Amino acid sequence: MALPSVQVRFKDRFAERRLVAGRLVVAGVVVVLALMALIAQLFHLQVADHAYYSTLSEDNRVRIEPLPPTRGLIYDANGVLLADNYPTHSLEMVLDKVDDPEATIAELAQILTIDEADRRRFERLRRQLRRYEGVPIRLRLNDEEIARFAVDAHRFPGVDVRAELVRYYPLAEHTAHVLGYVGRINEVEMRRIDASAYAGTHFIGKGGLEKAYEDLLHGRVGHRQVEVNARGRVQRVLTSQLPVPGRDLHLFLDIYLQQEAAAALGERRGALVAIDPRTGGVLALVSRPSFDPNLFVEGISQADYDALLGSLDQPLFNRAVRGQYPPGSTVKPFIGLGGLAAGVVTFRQEKWCPGHYSLPGHTHRFRDWKRGGHGRVNMERAIVESCDVYFYDLAHQLGIDRLHEALAGFGFGARTGIDVAGELGGLLPSRAWKRAARGQSWYPGETLILGIGQGYFLATPLQLAAATAALAARGEYRVPRVVRTTRAPADAVPEATLAAGHSIAQARARDWEDVIEAMANVIEGPAGTARQIRHPAYRIAGKTGTSQVFSLGQTQRYRAEEIEERLRDHALFVAFAPVAEPRIAVAVIVENGGGGGAVAAPVAAQVIDAYLSRPQVLEAAGGRYDR
Amino acid sequence: MTGSARLSDLGGGSGRGRLAPLHLDWPLLFGLVLLCSIGLLVLYSAVGEDPERLRGQLLRLALAFALLIGVAQIPPAQLRRWSLALFAAGVAMLILVWLVGDTGKGAQRWLDLGVVRFQPSELLKLAVPMVLAWLFAQRPLPPTIPQLLVAAAIVLVPVVLIARQPDLGTALLVASAGGLVIFFAGLSWRAILLLGGLAAALAPLLWATMHDYQRQRVLTFLNPESDPLGAGYHIIQSQIAIGSGGLHGKGWLHGTQSHLEFLPERSTDFIFAVLGEEHGLVGILIVLAVYLFIVLRGLYIASQAQDTYGRLLAGGVTMIFFVYLFVNTGMVTGLLPVVGVPLPLISYGGTSMVTIMIGFGMVMGVHTHRKRLPV
Repeated sequence: MALPSVQVRFKDRFAERRLVAGRLVVAGVVVVLALMALIAQLFHLQVADHAYYSTLSEDNRVRIEPLPPTRGLIYDANGVLLADNYPTHSLEMVLDKVDDPEATIAELAQILTIDEADRRRFERLRRQLRRYEGVPIRLRLNDEEIARFAVDAHRFPGVDVRAELVRYYPLAEHTAHVLGYVGRINEVEMRRIDASAYAGTHFIGKGGLEKAYEDLLHGRVGHRQVEVNARGRVQRVLTSQLPVPGRDLHLFLDIYLQQEAAAALGERRGALVAIDPRTGGVLALVSRPSFDPNLFVEGISQADYDALLGSLDQPLFNRAVRGQYPPGSTVKPFIGLGGLAAGVVTFRQEKWCPGHYSLPGHTHRFRDWKRGGHGRVNMERAIVESCDVYFYDLAHQLGIDRLHEALAGFGFGARTGIDVAGELGGLLPSRAWKRAARGQSWYPGETLILGIGQGYFLATPLQLAAATAALAARGEYRVPRVVRTTRAPADAVPEATLAAGHSIAQARARDWEDVIEAMANVIEGPAGTARQIRHPAYRIAGKTGTSQVFSLGQTQRYRAEEIEERLRDHALFVAFAPVAEPRIAVAVIVENGGGGGAVAAPVAAQVIDAYLSRPQVLEAAGGRYDR
Repeated sequence: MTGSARLSDLGGGSGRGRLAPLHLDWPLLFGLVLLCSIGLLVLYSAVGEDPERLRGQLLRLALAFALLIGVAQIPPAQLRRWSLALFAAGVAMLILVWLVGDTGKGAQRWLDLGVVRFQPSELLKLAVPMVLAWLFAQRPLPPTIPQLLVAAAIVLVPVVLIARQPDLGTALLVASAGGLVIFFAGLSWRAILLLGGLAAALAPLLWATMHDYQRQRVLTFLNPESDPLGAGYHIIQSQIAIGSGGLHGKGWLHGTQSHLEFLPERSTDFIFAVLGEEHGLVGILIVLAVYLFIVLRGLYIASQAQDTYGRLLAGGVTMIFFVYLFVNTGMVTGLLPVVGVPLPLISYGGTSMVTIMIGFGMVMGVHTHRKRLPV
C-alpha cells in the first residue's frame, strides 16, 4: 500500500524537480544573456567610444583660466607715481551659479555689511556684466571680513572673494583731466574690444591718457591650464603662459607744476596748459574745477555722480582740451605774423586808430576797446596795447582766405593730435566752412572780428598753448604730447614717443624776433597790458586776451559789475619764457575772469616762475607721494 | 543522485559525529569573499582614501558575514515555518511606516525603533520569496490558479506599500523577487506572455501614478543630454567615467572623474563607474566573472535542493542578487533608467549588504542541510 503512494510522491517530486530545474536553467541563460548585453554596452563605452569619453573627461578636469596682465604705471617727469595698482579683495557673485541673488545677498548681509550703495551698484552692474562674470557685491573687504566670509563660504556657492589689482590715482584731482581714469568695461566698450584680450580684466581706460594709451597700458593676457574638481576649485596648475604686463608711461608732465597751476587758478573756473616749446612736451595740463578719478574706478555711486553732473561748475568737463573759447586778443601776434609773411604790412608801418573802424562804404562801426582810440599805431604798439583797430584793418587787408591760412599754420581749427583722449578741434572759420555750415557766403565784417579773435573763432586752451609754443620756437610747430617714453618692465631703455610737427615757413626770422619783442613789451613796456607780471630774473613774452561771452549792442557800454558773474568776459593770457631761449609756453583761461592782463596773466606768471626758478636738471623725486 | 550525495558530504552536510560541522558552502563563500575583497579596494578609492569610511565598511562586512554564517546554520524546514510570520511582520511594519514613518532624504522609508532606524522594505526582499516558496510548497507544482492569485496579492501588497514611500528601486527588487519565485514555481509560458502583454498595456497607467522625479528619471534615461546639469548629469558623468577608463583604466586611485568629484554618488550607487574608470574593461570583466560565478553557484544549489521550498527560496534569493547587479550596472552604464539600487556587496553602506548576506546564508543552509533521499 505504501509503495504506490511513495511511487506517486516520488514521481511528483521528480516532475517538480525537473520543472524547477528547467526554469533555473532558463534563468541561468537569461543571466548570461543579460551580462552579454551589459558587456556589449561596456565595449561600446570603453573601447569603441573611448577617445570621445576621454576628451570629455579631460574637458571636465582641465580648465583654461585667463591671467590678467598688470596695467602699466604712469610716472611724471620727476618719477612721481601718478597711477598705481593696488591689490584689493572684493566679494563677487557669478549669476549663472546662483538661483536667487536677492536671497543670497540678504543672507550675506547677516555676516558682512552690505549697504544701500552696494546693493545699488550690484543691481546696476548685474545688468551690464556677462552672466558668467563675477558681479561685485562688496568692494575693499578687509582681512577680518574675508575671514568672516571664509567661515561661511560653503553656504554661498557662486559667491567668491576675488583678489584683483585696482587702479589708484594718488594725486586724485590733480591728474583727473590728464590721465583720465579706468572703469569697468561697459556694454558699448564690450562690443568694440576683443573680449579674449580682456579675459579676466574688468577695467578699461575711460579718458585721457588711460584711454589714448589703452593698448600699451593694458598688456597681453596670459593663460593657465588648471585641473579643477567638480566644484570648480583649482587642484593644481598644469601649464601656464604668463601675461605680459602693460607698459609704464613716463610723462613730460611735471606734477609739481601741475599742482602749482591748480593752486594759481584756485577756486576759479578755467584751464592752463604749459608746453615745453623745444619738445612739444606738455608740462602741465589743468582744468578747474576737477574731481577725484578714484571715485570712478570701481563704479561711482549715483549720488556722487549726480553731484558732479549737476554742478554748474562742470568739474567733469576737461576745459584744457575740450573747452572751446573765442581766443580774443591772444591771436593778435599770430595774425601780425601772418600779415608780415603775406607782405601786406611791415612791422613799423603805422595805422591811425580813432577808436573805431568802418569798412569802406559801410557805416557800421567796429569799436576799439579803448574809447578814445590809440592814435598812430605800428604793429609793435598794436600788440603791446592790444589795439583792435590796427588788427581790423590788417584782417581786412589780408582777407579771410589768407587770414585762415595764417591761423591754420599755427594749428587753429584742427585737433592738435595730443595723446589725451577726447580733444576737440575748436573752430577756425573760412568761406568753405560758412557755406557748408550756414549756407551763407562770407561777409567782410566777419573777417574784421576774426582779426581780434572773436566771432565764430573758437580755440581750446591746448591749441593756444601749442600755437604759443610754436611762436616761442620761432615757427617750429610741435604736436603736443604728454607721454615722453613708454617702458616695459623688461626694457633696458625706454622707448620715446614720436615727435611730430611742421615748420611755419611763411614768416622770415626777423619777423619772429620783432613780434616776440613786441610780446615781451606787453610785460615790459610802460603801456603793456600785463605789466604787473614783470620778473627781474628772466624775460617773459606774452599777450593778453579778453573774450566776450555776451555781445554788446552798438551803443552799449560794458560795465562788469552790472553783468552777472557768469556772463562776464573770459580772461585769457598766452606767454612764454625766457624770451631768448624759451623753455615754457603757457596758455591760461579764467572763465568769466574779466580782463586777461589782470586775472589770467598772474596765473601764467606763477606757473612760469615755479618752473624757471627750479633747477633746470630734472631729478627723479626720491619719495613717492603717500596714499 | 550520487553526485548530490557526494556534494552533501563535501559541504559538511549533516554528517553526525563530525566536530562542530559548519553548514557552509565553500565555493559560494569563496566567491563572496573574493568579491568583497575586490569591492573594498574599489571602495577605498571611491571614498577618497578615507580610512575611517573603509573601517566602517569592514565592520559592516564582518557583521554581514557573521549573519551569513549564523543563518546558514538554520535548517530550511525551520525557515519554512517562519516564512508566513516573517512576511506578516514585514507588511505590518510597512503599514506602520506608512502611518508613523520617519522621512529620510525626502522619502518615507525608515522606522525608528529608538536605538536603530530600520527599513522594513529591506526585510520584504527576503520575506516575499520565503512566503511564496512556502505557499507553492503546500501543493505539488505547477501552482493552481487560486495559489497564483494569492501569490499575486502577496507580491502586490508590499510592492505597492514600498512604491508609495516612494522607493521605486526597492519596490522593483521586491516585485522581481516575487515574480522570479512565481516563474521558478512553473507559471505557464502562456500566462507569462499574457502578463507581459498586460504589463505593456498597463505601462501608461503606471506612468500616470508615478511621481514627477520618477518620470523625470525615465525621460532622462531616454535622453540624458536633454538635461546635462540636472537629472542627466549623473548618467553623463558616469558614462564619461566608464568610457574614459578604456580597456585598462586610469589606474587605481587615479580616476579623475571620481577623485575630482565629477562623478556623483561615487561610493554608493555609482561605484561601478569608479571601477570602470580606474580598472577599465578588463577590471570590469574580472568583477563580472566573480558575480557570474556566485549567481551560477546559487542557481546550481537551487537545482540541487531536495524540496520545492528550498529550490524556490535559493533560486529566488540568488536571482534577487543578480537583479541588484543588473539594475545597478545597467543604470550606471546607461542601459537602464536611474533607479537607486546599490552595486551588491561593493557599494558603501550596510543595509543591502546585510540583506544579501542573510539571503546567501539561507542558500547555503538549503544546500548543507540536505538528507539522503530514501531510494
